[in-house]
Amino acid sequence: MKNRRDFLKTAAAGAVLLGSQSKLGLAAMLDPRKSKVVVARDAALHSAEGKLDEKRVADLLDRAIAAYTGRDKPVEAWKRIVPVGKVIGLKVNGMGGKPIATHLALTLAICERLRQAGVKLGEIVVWECRRGDLERAGYTISTDSNRIRVIGTDMEGFGHEEQPAAFGSVRVNLSKILTRECDFVINLPVLKDHDRAGVTFSLKNFYGAIQRPDQLHANACDPAIADLNCIPALRDKFRFTIGDAMASIYEGGPVFRPEHLWYPNALIVGQDPVAIDYTGWKIVERKRAEMGLPTLESTGRPTTFLITAADANHNLGTNDPDRIQLMEI
Amino acid sequence: MKSMLAVAAIILVVITATTGCKKAKFDPFPASGAIAGWEKTSETRVFAAKDLWQYIDGDAEQYLSAGVVSTSTSDYKYQGVLEATVDVYTMKDAAGASKILEKGQTKEAQTVQLGDAGLAYAQSVTFRKGPTLVRITAYESAPNSQQALLALAHGVEAKL
Repeated sequence: MKNRRDFLKTAAAGAVLLGSQSKLGLAAMLDPRKSKVVVARDAALHSAEGKLDEKRVADLLDRAIAAYTGRDKPVEAWKRIVPVGKVIGLKVNGMGGKPIATHLALTLAICERLRQAGVKLGEIVVWECRRGDLERAGYTISTDSNRIRVIGTDMEGFGHEEQPAAFGSVRVNLSKILTRECDFVINLPVLKDHDRAGVTFSLKNFYGAIQRPDQLHANACDPAIADLNCIPALRDKFRFTIGDAMASIYEGGPVFRPEHLWYPNALIVGQDPVAIDYTGWKIVERKRAEMGLPTLESTGRPTTFLITAADANHNLGTNDPDRIQLMEI
Repeated sequence: MKSMLAVAAIILVVITATTGCKKAKFDPFPASGAIAGWEKTSETRVFAAKDLWQYIDGDAEQYLSAGVVSTSTSDYKYQGVLEATVDVYTMKDAAGASKILEKGQTKEAQTVQLGDAGLAYAQSVTFRKGPTLVRITAYESAPNSQQALLALAHGVEAKL
């Protein structure tokens, strides 16, 4: 792993090469052969009783983004991630209920940094498939276009595209929030065990962007997860992941099972969703081993979707640990 | 006129009997205050088997393979603080309810006297009674949460 000076030097060089549409691409440029993934932890994030110290979340976010971009000042760092004058969609996950939804404190911290980086409040859309899931996760619905909008696809005026989009095995009706409201999507998934896919994190979170996710669960969601993420309307907009691994479920997911709840107290950040998912999968497997549980594969839930997502037909990122530059801070 | 009134009366009796019967048979959710400290904080939502994914997408298949027929759910709050959800799964038979109850059981599970079989954890209680499986989940931990959940579980059991 590079030392900090080398890292910053490379980051600065990479910044010169940034594209005009989006300033992302920095991570890949640090070492073109590797995908960078930052795992930022704060052991004091949850108390012994499991209460989240919300004041620490923004600091953890800042550390993660600083490590990823090589910029210590949060505003400068965020300016390198998001484009100006575009609508930024934050795809949260509210399905499991409050304890294992994308934490509101994280979403608010990101919104604040976006605002400081020059994104207007009316250009931020926090979204999920269902209004009820957002509300149960603690979010307040807002459709005021002068403020941060918090909306569900099932709300009046949104819905799904009538014309399906297709790639490989999947043919789906995408959320109009994705197709019509957002220019640039930051994915805020939650790391969890998943009854079908083995693990759910970045790539799987876009099951919340389609009308019938239940139809894509066969064969451990493989190749459906990879195929879905290759649909151009999604692939072209999905640019960055800030994974919420502050609280997680290592068994019995994706719904909330308090008996299998644990606190990794981490954010997992990166541009390569396959590398992010690979990293998250390994974290879940380690926890399962610690708890005396069998591997996901031996429970009939192999994470083969990662292999498919990384293959030449999909090329969504890498699941090769030798090509992942993991930075744990 | 007489016959019209007779027909109307019959229709009224049928409607009343049908809806009344449904309510009595399919409402396992204790009303606010029926169990000390517990308030029912949401409407009951009901999902047919084919729509269960709308409630627990990604988790629905295991219930479908165990023969779920319908699922009802409602939110509760204990003493205005502790939030919990009560899920009632009506399965085709008792074997289906048993299959789900046993899945994912850990060594921390305590056996409790509820229905035909019951398990309790610090933040959840699950039990089965005939073809019905009930899961009560609290969203946070509190010193008396298990006792409170058990009280609510007994209230649900009494209505099954």
